[in-house]
Amino acid sequence: MDKLKKIFSQCRQENRAALIIFCSCGYPDMESSERAIETAIKAGADIIELGVPFSDPMADGSVIRKASEIAISKGTNLPKILDMAERLAIRFPETGFILFSYMNILYHYGLTKLCGKLKKIGLDGILAVDLPLEEKAELAQPCKENGLHLVALVSPATPLERARKIMADASGFVYSVNVCGVTGVRDLHPEEISQHLAVLKENSAVPIAAGFGINDGQAAQRLSRIADGVIVGSAFIKILSGAGDFSQRLEAARELITDLAKNVRRQP
Amino acid sequence: MNTHYGIYGGQYVAETLMPALAELEQAYLEAKQDPEFHKEYQTLLKNYVGRESPLYFAKRLSQALGGASIYLKREDLNHTGAHKINNTIGQALLAKRMGKTRLIAETGAGMHGVATATVAALLGMECEVFMGTLDVQRQSVNVERMKTLGAKVNPVNEGSATLKDAMNEALRDWTARFSDTFYLIGTVAGPYPYPMLVRDFQSVIGEEARRQCLDQTGRLPDQVIACVGGGSNAMGIFAGFFDDPEVQLVGVEAGGKGLDSGEHAASICGGKVGILHGCKTYLLQNADGQIIDTYSVSAGLDYPGVGPEHSFMADHGKAHYVTVNDDEAISAFDLLARYEGIIPALESAHALAFAIRIAKDYPATTTLLVNLSGRGDKDMDTVRKFKQL
Ligand SMILES: Cc1ncc(COP(=O)(O)O)c(C=O)c1O
Repeated sequence: MDKLKKIFSQCRQENRAALIIFCSCGYPDMESSERAIETAIKAGADIIELGVPFSDPMADGSVIRKASEIAISKGTNLPKILDMAERLAIRFPETGFILFSYMNILYHYGLTKLCGKLKKIGLDGILAVDLPLEEKAELAQPCKENGLHLVALVSPATPLERARKIMADASGFVYSVNVCGVTGVRDLHPEEISQHLAVLKENSAVPIAAGFGINDGQAAQRLSRIADGVIVGSAFIKILSGAGDFSQRLEAARELITDLAKNVRRQP
Repeated sequence: MNTHYGIYGGQYVAETLMPALAELEQAYLEAKQDPEFHKEYQTLLKNYVGRESPLYFAKRLSQALGGASIYLKREDLNHTGAHKINNTIGQALLAKRMGKTRLIAETGAGMHGVATATVAALLGMECEVFMGTLDVQRQSVNVERMKTLGAKVNPVNEGSATLKDAMNEALRDWTARFSDTFYLIGTVAGPYPYPMLVRDFQSVIGEEARRQCLDQTGRLPDQVIACVGGGSNAMGIFAGFFDDPEVQLVGVEAGGKGLDSGEHAASICGGKVGILHGCKTYLLQNADGQIIDTYSVSAGLDYPGVGPEHSFMADHGKAHYVTVNDDEAISAFDLLARYEGIIPALESAHALAFAIRIAKDYPATTTLLVNLSGRGDKDMDTVRKFKQL
């Protein structure tokens, strides 16, 4: 059984949602982000989205944008991130790893070459923010050839007919965006989101993970009742850019992830 | 509909925007079939923009160069001083038809921002323009014009704080607010259907120019020359000659301080294929695939990408693309002012400079048709500073 499948089925058995953490690789520098990911995994993250920074992150809010800018200024690039990913995948064989970026970065590296490399180093899949259903063929093909999942997105704006098509074609899990807008911490409308998630779940053969705007245990708790996975990014990055030296921030990040991990458990 | 030009173009956007693009495509295809829509568009082009714009034989300039005959398509005489208004009127009418109440736009030099603010005032719509903080400083007069027209100017202080960053921010705004907001893109770039609809709204330039050239010279031009930032004025004039294979189409990119210097904005001549702002096209990027800062003395050409149809035309030899550096563009700017009493936009001066470069190689019976995409009032300060260096 492939790793993502295993993770989601284990979560189901434990009556909880999978905890998926997005990390801006190279922020505040390569070494620190590796420590941050390690911290997240040890505190209970099931799947890590390895964010590869792009100069023009048109789908991101200010927190991730700022982190990307700093990461790039420190010389972060895809080859360095793949080196890190290789180390992490060896150290944490139970954890799922998804490479997360914008198409230009992936395309520039070479889609076929990239997929071959990801397979070799033991990653589980790719998510390209700006790759909708209509454009996915050129990446879906090498993903398939290398046994990688190409994670698709749906949004509240996606009509159900279209969402059905996306989900029918999906692999690994589907990333359901909680709001129309960019990434970032914000007030969510849990009722509406839950309804939307419920409809998606009814229509999907793959797990549905909810992301965007989730910033604390309470929000994670609410969404975990329905979603198969909960994705947290900006809140994690925000803590990594908070006050104190980096060890203190890591400690705060550990507390956040621990709290989230507790809250993705469904209450009986 | 085919959303690509060969391998180029497409709709590389976040899923949230896909329904908005579908809505736009649907509305445009309907409007295209509607005679009322055309009538309204044509009437505004005539009575508000002042079309058609003249085709002018630059006789003194041509004689001084001692070669080919240079004809100028006078888009500089349009209301607001550039070709940009052809597109903003078309898109704003479409926005209105779709029931949108708020227009947003990106701008670099400010010309597209002004043209958008203008149509927003004309049609009674709300307007917000995103502009890099660097451009806000460089183009302060246009910022004042937009504000006077009732638009809100949102400075964007991210990345290189120029046009590409303004476009990112406009896309982010649109992602969160497409229900009441129409994103009015200023060039033939962005996700499908924008490259198509901007080309269609700008193709009036080429249709008029072809007819005017036949009227005045009795034949088609030998070469049609236009500057290429995102490529809208070029695509607009080229479109008139797509069925005339004997007419050579030339796109002029900004060579800045020279292709070898690395400081330029020549996406086709000096870039690699990639994906930005919703389309696959030639882009200026570094070894890691990060988009790099561009440079040109002309703010309107200072964009790291280019419309996808240009990338396709370049690969297939349907047009050819060259570069003109800052200094050559400034010389052309001066020459046109002195010989013809016309001060061109620095963008347009790039196209003119190429015509000037090659004119002497041809006899007077050869016609070079140059798209004079805008007027140069906005550039007086830039030119003065350039000469002081
Ligand atoms: C007068 C003028 N010409 C040309 C351009 C470049 O745009 P495009 O290549 O889309 O025509 C601009 C952009 O601001 C402009 O103001």
